[in-house]
Amino acid sequence: MIRLFLALALLAVAAPAARAHAFLDHANPAVGSTVHGSPADVKLWFTQELEPAFSTVQVVDQNGAEIDKKDKAIDAGDPTLMKVSLPRLPPGKYKVMWHALSVDTHTTEGTFSFEVEP
Amino acid sequence: MFPVKFVPCPIDGTICRFVVRAGLAAALLAISQSHPVHAHGFAGARFFPATILTDDPFVADEMSLPTLTRLPDAPDGTRFSSLESDIAKRITPDFGLTWSDAYDYVQTPGLPKVTGLDTMTAGAQYQLFINGEHEAMGLAGLKVSWGHTGRVAALGQPDFTTLTPTFDWGKGFGDLPDSLNYLKPFAITGNLSVDFPTKVESAGTQHPNNFNYGFALEYPISYLESQVKDFGLRFPWQQMIPLVEFAAVTPFNRGSGPTLGSVQPGVIWAGQYFQIGAEMILPMNRDTGHGIGGIVQFHIYLDDSFPNSLGKPLAELFK
Repeated sequence: MIRLFLALALLAVAAPAARAHAFLDHANPAVGSTVHGSPADVKLWFTQELEPAFSTVQVVDQNGAEIDKKDKAIDAGDPTLMKVSLPRLPPGKYKVMWHALSVDTHTTEGTFSFEVEP
Repeated sequence: MFPVKFVPCPIDGTICRFVVRAGLAAALLAISQSHPVHAHGFAGARFFPATILTDDPFVADEMSLPTLTRLPDAPDGTRFSSLESDIAKRITPDFGLTWSDAYDYVQTPGLPKVTGLDTMTAGAQYQLFINGEHEAMGLAGLKVSWGHTGRVAALGQPDFTTLTPTFDWGKGFGDLPDSLNYLKPFAITGNLSVDFPTKVESAGTQHPNNFNYGFALEYPISYLESQVKDFGLRFPWQQMIPLVEFAAVTPFNRGSGPTLGSVQPGVIWAGQYFQIGAEMILPMNRDTGHGIGGIVQFHIYLDDSFPNSLGKPLAELFK
């Protein structure tokens, strides 16, 4: 029993080839933050590499209208980074909505807000 | 659940086997359409961890090995410890099977210690619904505790089988208004079930029907950090889920005894491939016991650790 447990634990801990759910690790602008001046883009860093074709991010204003430049991309040098460009944003509150498909087809999604001040 | 019925085939045996296999293959394909994997406890932005005391409201490919338990002392001073293993395996994306058993250690004052197998439990589960927008999910199941699979004479394990229909549910509070932002990470999961023993009496002891109920209230730090406000907490703090669980059982017929139950505050650390949980066990009344017990669990996400083999629903493995 103990040997079986140790073997399974080792397999689970040291499974470098395995991929898993992609959780949002951090973002810029940060989740729930207030920034001064319009940010040039929104960057999301995930805990796993993303599948570019099926991972999306949208930024909407308080009326729910999409205001990003619709040029979502996965960073070529860092497959855990998804970003989208922004036009010059007036002060206000904005919502980021993301959907991530990790490379082994596990899906995750989430939303968060940030605020722009002059 | 999918009712399965075998009937005599009215045509030639070879053709019959072909028809049956083709039908099974078609059925498997139909119920396992290629789609992104959305396993162990996700409803929209909500990730529900596997809680320790209360059953989870989702089908999953997961394994707990081991769960080590030291219960509070019983009213008569008996000390009970166990080493348990549980496995949950999806057959289709919405239908799964479970199995669990334990090895017990019992020390009653004035008597020699007794060890041996606990009663084996197996179950079937069906995911009734998952609502991503409202972070809600529901699951119906049937658990069977098999009589004579534990040490009946020495440990008092049952000599009869018990059937337990279950309903498990989960709800995240992410749909609260923004004015209640810091309450959004809260989530609650709960269980309702009734035991139906297949034997009403053994050696003069009556076996009542029991009403089982419980819930787990949790506050995932990862939800706070990724959905509400990034306070800069990173590994390993971001993976922490403080929680409190409660479960009780109330017999309601056949010389029914008192309600027994426990409250279990603790924390789960949920990583990418496994989670580790630890909780205190506090008896809810004197009938349950006295003192403080404890439980620790190592829990593996098979779908994340082995996404192309053990972690897939069985029906998808043969596509």
